[in-house]
Amino acid sequence: MTQISLTVDGTQVTDDVEPRMLLVQYLREKLGKTGTVVGCDTSNCGACTVHLDGRSVKSCNVLAVQANGHEVTTIEGLATNGELHPVQAAFRECHGLQCGFCTPGMIMQSVDLLNENPHPTEAEVRVGLEGNLCRCTGYHNIVKAVLYAAEHADEPQAEKAGVQ
Amino acid sequence: MTATTEAPSPEIGKDRRRKEDQRLITGRTRWTDNITLPGMLHMAMVRSPFAHAKITSIDTSAAKSGTNVVAVVTGKDIADTQGVMITAWPITPEQKAPDHPPMAVDRVAFAGDVVAVVVARSAAEARDAAELVDVEYEELPAILDIQEAAEDKVLAHPDLGTNKSAFWRFDSAAAGTGTDVDEAIAKARTDGIVIEREIEQQRLIPAFIEPRSVVVDPTGEQITMWSATQIPHIVRFALAATTGVPESKIRVIAPDVGGGFGGKLALTPEEWIAFAIARRLSKPVKYTETRSESLQSGHHGRAQHQKLALAAEKDGTVTGLKVELIADLGAYAALVGGGVPLLGAFMYNAIYKFPAYRFDCQTVFTNRTFTDAYRGAGRPEATFAVERLMDDLATRLGVDPLAIREKNWIKHEEFPFTTVAGLTYDSGNYEAATAKAKEMFGYDDLRAEQKRRRDSGDRVQLGIGVSTFTEMCGLAPSRVLGSLDYAAGGWDHATIRMLPTGKVEVVIGVSPHGQGHETAFSQIVADRLGVPFEDVEILHGDTQVSARGMDTYGSRSLVVGGEAVVRAADKVVERAKPIAAHLLEANVDDLEFAGGKFSVKGTDQGMTIQDVALATFTGHNYPEGLEPNIDAQATFDPDNFSFPHGTHLCAMEVDTETGGTKMRKYVCVDDVGTIINPLIVAGQVHGGLVQGISQALWEEAVYDEAGTLVSGSFVDYLLPTSADTISFETGHTTSPASYTKLGTKGVGEAGTIASTPAVVNAIVDAVRHLGVDDVRMPCTPERVWRAIQTAGSGGSTEGAAMPHFDESEPGTSSTEGAGA
Repeated sequence: MTQISLTVDGTQVTDDVEPRMLLVQYLREKLGKTGTVVGCDTSNCGACTVHLDGRSVKSCNVLAVQANGHEVTTIEGLATNGELHPVQAAFRECHGLQCGFCTPGMIMQSVDLLNENPHPTEAEVRVGLEGNLCRCTGYHNIVKAVLYAAEHADEPQAEKAGVQ
Repeated sequence: MTATTEAPSPEIGKDRRRKEDQRLITGRTRWTDNITLPGMLHMAMVRSPFAHAKITSIDTSAAKSGTNVVAVVTGKDIADTQGVMITAWPITPEQKAPDHPPMAVDRVAFAGDVVAVVVARSAAEARDAAELVDVEYEELPAILDIQEAAEDKVLAHPDLGTNKSAFWRFDSAAAGTGTDVDEAIAKARTDGIVIEREIEQQRLIPAFIEPRSVVVDPTGEQITMWSATQIPHIVRFALAATTGVPESKIRVIAPDVGGGFGGKLALTPEEWIAFAIARRLSKPVKYTETRSESLQSGHHGRAQHQKLALAAEKDGTVTGLKVELIADLGAYAALVGGGVPLLGAFMYNAIYKFPAYRFDCQTVFTNRTFTDAYRGAGRPEATFAVERLMDDLATRLGVDPLAIREKNWIKHEEFPFTTVAGLTYDSGNYEAATAKAKEMFGYDDLRAEQKRRRDSGDRVQLGIGVSTFTEMCGLAPSRVLGSLDYAAGGWDHATIRMLPTGKVEVVIGVSPHGQGHETAFSQIVADRLGVPFEDVEILHGDTQVSARGMDTYGSRSLVVGGEAVVRAADKVVERAKPIAAHLLEANVDDLEFAGGKFSVKGTDQGMTIQDVALATFTGHNYPEGLEPNIDAQATFDPDNFSFPHGTHLCAMEVDTETGGTKMRKYVCVDDVGTIINPLIVAGQVHGGLVQGISQALWEEAVYDEAGTLVSGSFVDYLLPTSADTISFETGHTTSPASYTKLGTKGVGEAGTIASTPAVVNAIVDAVRHLGVDDVRMPCTPERVWRAIQTAGSGGSTEGAAMPHFDESEPGTSSTEGAGA
């Protein structure tokens, strides 16, 4: 067991973990951050995407011990002050999700994409999301949602993030 | 009492944002794998690496001493209690099928069969110990090829004595719905046109993004199972039927479910094993599959070999279609696996007025993963076949592929139309959908560009693919299912509970997993009862809440389940009316109901239906002889299938030097009847399109000669990404279904059914002038390149669909009589 301390969604956490434990397992099993999900064994699907120090990573591809001393943001920590992140709101507005399983990873990746390139073209969005698989939407409305978020990034979000 | 509420604008047709989304975009979702119970144990499966083998011994001693291992259980240990996997669709009374124990006892029949399960305190420890289970196998010959399976030289199940499960025929001459197809073909051979083709419908994997997961809690009076399933009601019934546990002691819950596409229309061995282990250990257990396990052992789809012959007059009027099909069931007859080809049997004649039709289907066992429904289930195969043939016919005649379709399709004024397959299409308008699609597509301009590129010998050629499709949806009239030997009904159920606070709970028997039922069904109820959209709560997926239902598949939820909701709502109004009359001191006959309000005709007196609900809650004042309750339920059993249709047009660019393909444009105009929520409908179309396009271009479950699935991870099983796909242009025409109040027809499968032939037709169209007349799916650059390179010798890729029948002997080496 190795002791790690990190910040997850703004909260400082400390745990003893097996060195082999993946970050996604740590988030789900130790912290109950079940908003982040596992979709494959090979880091292809991107469903587990979170931010590590503000950059997107596939949390199945990071060991929990590697996150020691770092800051992790999951889908559960994306909304601030009870307001949806513009990308969350855009996914809802544009029907960019159906079953919703890929959605946390897709949103986290989209946020990263827009951080890097605030005004992407459709082609840039498509390439920027190619590490995240969706089986429901055919990507059409996901791409639309990211472009919509880019366009409306500065507008206040009407939708509250909490339980209704 | 005076009610002042304004009648709200209709909800039906509004692009409401989804109620579901709030929890899904914030990670507040309840997937099965998120569930953790006190004392819960974790299971890991030990699976056969061999396609066919005897289990000679299993040594569990090392695994049992693994860290925190609680139990290691083999098939022998639970042979008497684990139940059996059943099929609900034996397509003929003579159908042969092997027993399918959830955990293999003495023999495995595909690589992936479970032979032992390790139960430990954590999932990681269970998986570690599973590596320590030592299984000795004696390998047996495996049959892996669908056509060889029909020859019975190597048997998937030696005790069965044959690989042939069932032979099923529809013959229009025998059924009295048409003429004799052999006569039509014979005549066409002398003075008409005969098009013959064989098509391989490759194996596909549903590949929902949420891996299947199951939790079983045996504590308490009911055994509770949470499962990532499309069909909680059917799972509960089948558990009771096969394990001896009374149905009333079983509760099945499908919480948030991450996609299904037919892949979770399943009774899974893993569910049965979890149920048995939880009962055996009296502790809650969880099993969540890895992606590799999901791809290897969750059921596959398609896997059919089609042999086709289309007869036509010289002017292009089709005179007959003969279909001979071999369908690969894989290792076992799965829940509805045997019946999947039958869902296509009535659709090969599609939108056309063929006078003669015969469909022969031989189902066979192989030592590959068992097959079952995958989005479209039978209908994509039928649509692909007929739409490829119609293109062939157009080519033979040198006419536009849309012209040959128009010559043969059912005209708008001919509805209702009884087809050669015996179905009555109630409504549709193929002319309107096609005209709209052509306009949106810029059909004539693209044809002109195609000609320019051909004339100039451009390295990149342009092809235009057409698919004018219909499908049978809204599964299904129970009596029809009965006549097809399906074991269950096709009705569905809804209950509406009027709460005293004005909220409305709607319990539905269909079980969504991404379709947005909570939104669309709220819109229906809001309109029907005149209550605010926000006040409607849709409950589903828990057999203790939703007592009756047939679950979600076959584009049925809205068509059947939605109609049940409508009828339940109408009953609520009927029950509320005499109570409202009593409270308003008016005659029932003087009341009218509109916009959620009962009004006394000719006065301003009225009260809302929610006021009536509150009055029945207090029960202080209601008519003698009535109950203080306006809740209602309805079960709807449709009289007919619904028949969505559409025209899909696809432009593909093909690099003639590399074989690389690129989608340039995709336009579809679908007629899905009344649209409840256009946003959701568009999403269903987009997602369906990509799954169908993906069959054409990318996906295939590939086995090696030992029977190992080599495309067993997302590294090798090629799901398209956002970078591989384009944005689509979708449109609609609307011919409401005639036999329901809602008029919906179903949209879940339309895109998948229609798009595959549109793409392949476009690719072939791009390089037809180079001698290519077919490319086998998936149309990889290599296959396209080879087709171009071998144009001189027929223009098809090796093993591709190609006409090679002996013209003197129609039907030779077919499946005809194979099941006799």
